[in-house]
Amino acid sequence: MLKYNSIREKLRSFFMEIGELSFFTFRFFKESLKPPFEFKELLHQCYNMGNRSLLLVGLTGFIIGLVLTLQTRPTLMEFGAVSWMPSMVGISIVREIGPIITALVCAGRIGSGLGAELGSMRVTEQIDAMEVSGTNPFKFLVVTRVVAVTLMLPLLVIFGDTLALLGSYLVENVKGNVSFTLYFNQVFNSLEFGDIIPATIKSFFFGLAIGLVGCFKGYYCKKGTVGVGKAANSAVVFTSLLLFIIDFIAVFVTDIFYDL
Amino acid sequence: MITTSNISDHKTIVLKIKNLYKSFGDNNVLNGFNLELYQGENLVIMGKSGSGKSVMIKCLVGLMEADSGSISVMQNDITTLDRESLDILRADIGFLFQGSALYDSMTVRENLEFPLRRHTKKLGDNINTEELVIEALENVGLVSAIDLMPSELSGGMKRRVALARTLILRPKIILYDEPTSGLDPITAKEIIILMQDIQKAYGTSSLIITHDVDCARVISDRMILLIDGVDYAVGTFKTLSASADPKIKAFFKQ
Repeated sequence: MLKYNSIREKLRSFFMEIGELSFFTFRFFKESLKPPFEFKELLHQCYNMGNRSLLLVGLTGFIIGLVLTLQTRPTLMEFGAVSWMPSMVGISIVREIGPIITALVCAGRIGSGLGAELGSMRVTEQIDAMEVSGTNPFKFLVVTRVVAVTLMLPLLVIFGDTLALLGSYLVENVKGNVSFTLYFNQVFNSLEFGDIIPATIKSFFFGLAIGLVGCFKGYYCKKGTVGVGKAANSAVVFTSLLLFIIDFIAVFVTDIFYDL
Repeated sequence: MITTSNISDHKTIVLKIKNLYKSFGDNNVLNGFNLELYQGENLVIMGKSGSGKSVMIKCLVGLMEADSGSISVMQNDITTLDRESLDILRADIGFLFQGSALYDSMTVRENLEFPLRRHTKKLGDNINTEELVIEALENVGLVSAIDLMPSELSGGMKRRVALARTLILRPKIILYDEPTSGLDPITAKEIIILMQDIQKAYGTSSLIITHDVDCARVISDRMILLIDGVDYAVGTFKTLSASADPKIKAFFKQ
């Protein structure tokens, strides 16, 4: 009975949180359309989230491209299909691996940062101080950060994809003596707008999810400094889960369009 | 309620709380609290930790919603105001937070400039932000800290900068939430003197929440003792400290 009650309580709080997050999302869209707009803070956040994630995203992408090529090469050689390597890597990076890996890396870096930053501002009454000074803290803190991460993520994905393809080319060049032009010609010949556009649209939604969940967890942080740690942690866990759900929906919808 | 003073006669009320109730689940924090703050007065509210002082002050600026009761600030019932009107009214209410609440990611200058972004109308179109910031910092004796980050300031300096940020909008009422808590006695005394100087220079009315008896003795014109969620006793420091009521006496035993 006790176990049943505990499961019921956990389910209840989970659905309560989903409801609160939905309300938070609705408020975000409402506030983001209302002037005054905080352009200066938006640019500052774009710089913070975009520029400062470049190294991490680039390095991750480069290693993923390198490893993917190294791991796949022996299998393709067995089937005598090693010439298909650039096409295979290109499509898998652009369609799926690039966006999801970049989003997961950003969920860790940006999502947890947002949860911790807004959480500590909440527990040290800085958000209350903004409210009391007549500034709308939701607009200044949440709207700018969510918009910044939504805009920056697709750019980071493109950057990550490029580095991943360069990593893959490096392996092909060393192992198979493939030239830069030949490799990238083959990559771009196999790619279509139908690969690039859905991946870019998907990246916007990934960015939106990272921003919304990170800000939601931080903005409503409770229970002092312990709460700040929990906010940062749960922002990453919840966002990662949400990213896979969005990815599944995106692939499902894209598939419908392919069939048409 | 015990009333031991007529200091309030014939003065303008700038802030009035009537029958304020607030509870969190089964915990009734405020049970019909009343308060009247007069023009130019320093009113101290004392109460034990967890007695609802901070809850009351947060209800007063609209950071928390009361269950029932009315809160009138300069003839505006804040419980019925929309967000826009409340924000305009907030420019007339300064709030000094217990932990200073300076914005970590901004310098002292940016901290002081922040409230000006929204309230330029109040100060006129031709305001010089730089002059206002320097004037506010001069009033608290910290011009030299203008480009420092909050992390580079001591506790006392943070409290002064927070006070300067409160003053920059020239408020008519200042709410102090435990202004001397966490400070050493010397710095606490400096903050109290600063509060008195500000009151003289700006003619503000102040509502001070504290459990520092020394602070109350020096600064209060009138005091309210918040016990069991109600305004248990109202009077001057002298009359209340001489009271024979054991609940009141407990506050002044040191």
